[in-house]
Amino acid sequence: MIAVTKKLLLNPFQALGRYSQLLFKAFGAVPEFGTYKKNLWEQMVRIGVDSMPIVMLAAAFSGAVTTVQTSYQLVSPLIPRSIIGSIVVPSMVLELGAVVTGFILAGRVGARIAAELGTMRVTEQIDALEAMGLNSIGYLIVPRVIAGIVMFPILYIAACFVGIGGGMLVGHMGGFVPMGEFVDGAREFFQPFDPIFGIIKSLVFGFIITSISCFMGYYTKGGAEGVGRATTQAAVASCVFLLIADLILAATLL
Amino acid sequence: MISVTNICKSFHGKEVLKGVSLDILEGETLAIIGRSGSGKSVLMKHIIGLLQPDSGTVTVDGININNVSYAELRSIRQHFGVLFQGGALFDSMNAFDNVAFPLRTFTSMSEKEVSNVVKNCLDMVELPDVGKKLPSELSGGMQKRVALARAVALRPRYVLYDEPTSGLDPETSNTIDELIQSLADQLNVTSIVITHDMHSVLNVADKAAFVHEGRMQWTGTIPELHASEDRILKRFVKANEYLIGV
Repeated sequence: MIAVTKKLLLNPFQALGRYSQLLFKAFGAVPEFGTYKKNLWEQMVRIGVDSMPIVMLAAAFSGAVTTVQTSYQLVSPLIPRSIIGSIVVPSMVLELGAVVTGFILAGRVGARIAAELGTMRVTEQIDALEAMGLNSIGYLIVPRVIAGIVMFPILYIAACFVGIGGGMLVGHMGGFVPMGEFVDGAREFFQPFDPIFGIIKSLVFGFIITSISCFMGYYTKGGAEGVGRATTQAAVASCVFLLIADLILAATLL
Repeated sequence: MISVTNICKSFHGKEVLKGVSLDILEGETLAIIGRSGSGKSVLMKHIIGLLQPDSGTVTVDGININNVSYAELRSIRQHFGVLFQGGALFDSMNAFDNVAFPLRTFTSMSEKEVSNVVKNCLDMVELPDVGKKLPSELSGGMQKRVALARAVALRPRYVLYDEPTSGLDPETSNTIDELIQSLADQLNVTSIVITHDMHSVLNVADKAAFVHEGRMQWTGTIPELHASEDRILKRFVKANEYLIGV
């Protein structure tokens, strides 16, 4: 009983310690850019370009649904319809653009990274890289984390544009708010710091999702079952830490 | 020369190696034999520094690899070629790119030179036409042969084979054994073969080291193995259903 309790209490700290160690080693491998630059390009395509369609789809629907729900809640002759634009746009820029993209990437990219590295671990491919004299952390983890940090803000910006566009289009076509009024509302309450905050958030989310997924995959144990476990843990832990980071950033920067 | 001196290793309180010592001389082919779970693969991982011993040392050409920086360890590892049990080919690359990988990573060869070396290596393992195939399109034996080609692409001084014939049919096992022998002859490498296949040991090895329950139970040449009176070694050999000398 004591041993189980001790294990439950110590496990998160041990994991945090190993995660920090991995990050430390990864930062140490950053200067060896030559060995992984090709891999970096591949990862940027896989994480960024390949995720674009699903992120766009989710963002368009998020913007559209926000418009419809806002108009449903605020329908009153006393409230100008431009308020819809002033709610939808900051919602996308401050929260939905980054969080929707984050959840999609946690599921799509996080799970893929963990499964890929986990399979490489259990089939001794990571040992093979090390045995050749290659820094496996530099070769496998650094390009994925850098690609996440670089591509997430791009996906976020695209998600914001598409989400706002989707909201505006549905508002106009559904007769909730004409485009002109939507834009007027958006302009009226626009804060220049909002997109900067969103980009800061997307950089942090990109780092969290890729680094946690790499950690889960790199230390996978136990064959196919272990790979499955690592994949699930990567997606779940990425989402949880993404939400925690979301709250901390909002509380400290806004 | 590789010297393993009195290494001990435990995992989660379970002792896997209990003071193993071993010398591997330049140019020889040594087979490390023993039952599954006896610590052979753990010993191999210590030899290339993939695992750190709890105590004891591993020296390669006089350098204690447990006492060097990661950068130095990586440069020492470039003298090794390793054939892993499952081949450990990179799934995302075809056979050609797998063999070319160490050449592109560690040398400044032009793509034409890389191509020539890869072709030579694939010819050496008698698989000249599989370059464009992905590992998943190759049989187990072919994967091991491609992995062998990759292991020797950089012309290492030491080649480690982890269970090179496990899971293969007798004919393919013989082919792998012949390859190990011919590579040792052609490239004049020091070979360390981890196996529990006595047939393979007698085919390829000059010397054998028998690991039993984490200890070095017996070492000697192949003629000495035939004559050994060590009870545990004899039982292991008998269990392999191989009658030495017959």
